[in-house]
Amino acid sequence: MRIHGLEDILAEHPVFCAFDKATLEFLAGCARNEHFRAGERIFAEGDPAEKVFLLRQGDVAVEIATPERSPIIVETLHAGDVLGWAWMVPPYRHMSDARALSEVRAVSLGATCTRAKCDENPVLGYQMFQHLLPHMAARVRVLRLQLLDMYGPKEG
Amino acid sequence: MPLVQEPDPMLPRRYRVRRAWAELAGVASMDLSPVDGAAVAFRPGQFNMLYVFGVGEIAISISGNPAEPERLIHTTRSVGAVSAALTGLREGEMLGVRGPFGSAWPVAAETGRHIVFVAGGLGLAPLRPAIYHVLEHRDQYAGMTLVYGARSPDELLYADEIKAWKSRFDTEVEVTVDHARPSWTGRVGVVTTSLDHALAGIDSAGISAFLCGPEIMMRFSAMSLADAGVAPDRVWVSLERNMKCAIGFCGHCQFGPDFVCRDGPVFRHDHVARLLSMKEI
Repeated sequence: MRIHGLEDILAEHPVFCAFDKATLEFLAGCARNEHFRAGERIFAEGDPAEKVFLLRQGDVAVEIATPERSPIIVETLHAGDVLGWAWMVPPYRHMSDARALSEVRAVSLGATCTRAKCDENPVLGYQMFQHLLPHMAARVRVLRLQLLDMYGPKEG
Repeated sequence: MPLVQEPDPMLPRRYRVRRAWAELAGVASMDLSPVDGAAVAFRPGQFNMLYVFGVGEIAISISGNPAEPERLIHTTRSVGAVSAALTGLREGEMLGVRGPFGSAWPVAAETGRHIVFVAGGLGLAPLRPAIYHVLEHRDQYAGMTLVYGARSPDELLYADEIKAWKSRFDTEVEVTVDHARPSWTGRVGVVTTSLDHALAGIDSAGISAFLCGPEIMMRFSAMSLADAGVAPDRVWVSLERNMKCAIGFCGHCQFGPDFVCRDGPVFRHDHVARLLSMKEI
């Protein structure tokens, strides 16, 4: 029986499925399996962004706390999504909370380790950029549509 | 019950409110019955002109089941004088009804295909008759998916019905809201994200899609459908304009070469796509 390594698990994720085996093995050195119970906090606003989570199973709420009211969920993420991009951008600090809505299984990549590998191997760094940027761009487009408040009352 | 066609399109018929109920804050539904004569048949997607005596007349989509025309149901959001008066009508009160008018969702012609409904906000109301039709003839369709987006969990229209549709084994229902409090355990995000997710599991060649909601939502949803490979001639949208006469005479609802009241409100998307993206028309 073959035991699935982290590189195999990475290869199953939509962001990394296009990476070659050698690159995945190289990246797997920064990876670890993660598990969160429903309701468990994954990270909090202000925390150092030490990891990026590649969601394999379950649902995650990205929340922003509001004074004197309960937090607002601004988006939910699901299997195949990428949780956390603050690890790519200085000062590497989370600007929202993330909470597991159901049992969550993910693979995380250590931020310092992954950045170091990208510095060491710029081709990998460019590949990461190519594959992660579409996810970030999609999220920005979603936020723009949310800002429009499409279902709100019409003007005039 | 025998069904008859409306004889004079400009002459309102008297209807009485059989039942009126609140759906959401500022949104109410009414079940109307004709005072004189028989119920009038309608097709999914058509609208009526509802006339509150002494206040005015507006176009409201029919949101009931076309298989039960004797229960004439409309859902209205209170935004102006007439719609506020409509949502204030109570059981036993009377109003005038002209219609039904306009084009319909071609659901009956799309048998054998996977029907994808994309609704935003109150846009679920004009789609509901088509949803009823597909659910009642479910064995004639390859599949049915409803993707519905609203501003918040409190603003989900027909929430109990959505729950019932979701519990069926032969339909896929994706509900998303723009933002929510922590008690909400569903999706938060926009319709297009949920649509992309829903489309991932369906053969795009077999999809026929029906879109209703804010125009910007329909525009982006149509792009998602095109990106997924859905044929442009298999996507329909319902438009909303200022309709007055409802028979294409007055010109208030002119939309390029068409009148929304007469040629719409349901259009094939490729017929109106260019106009929908124009800044001013």
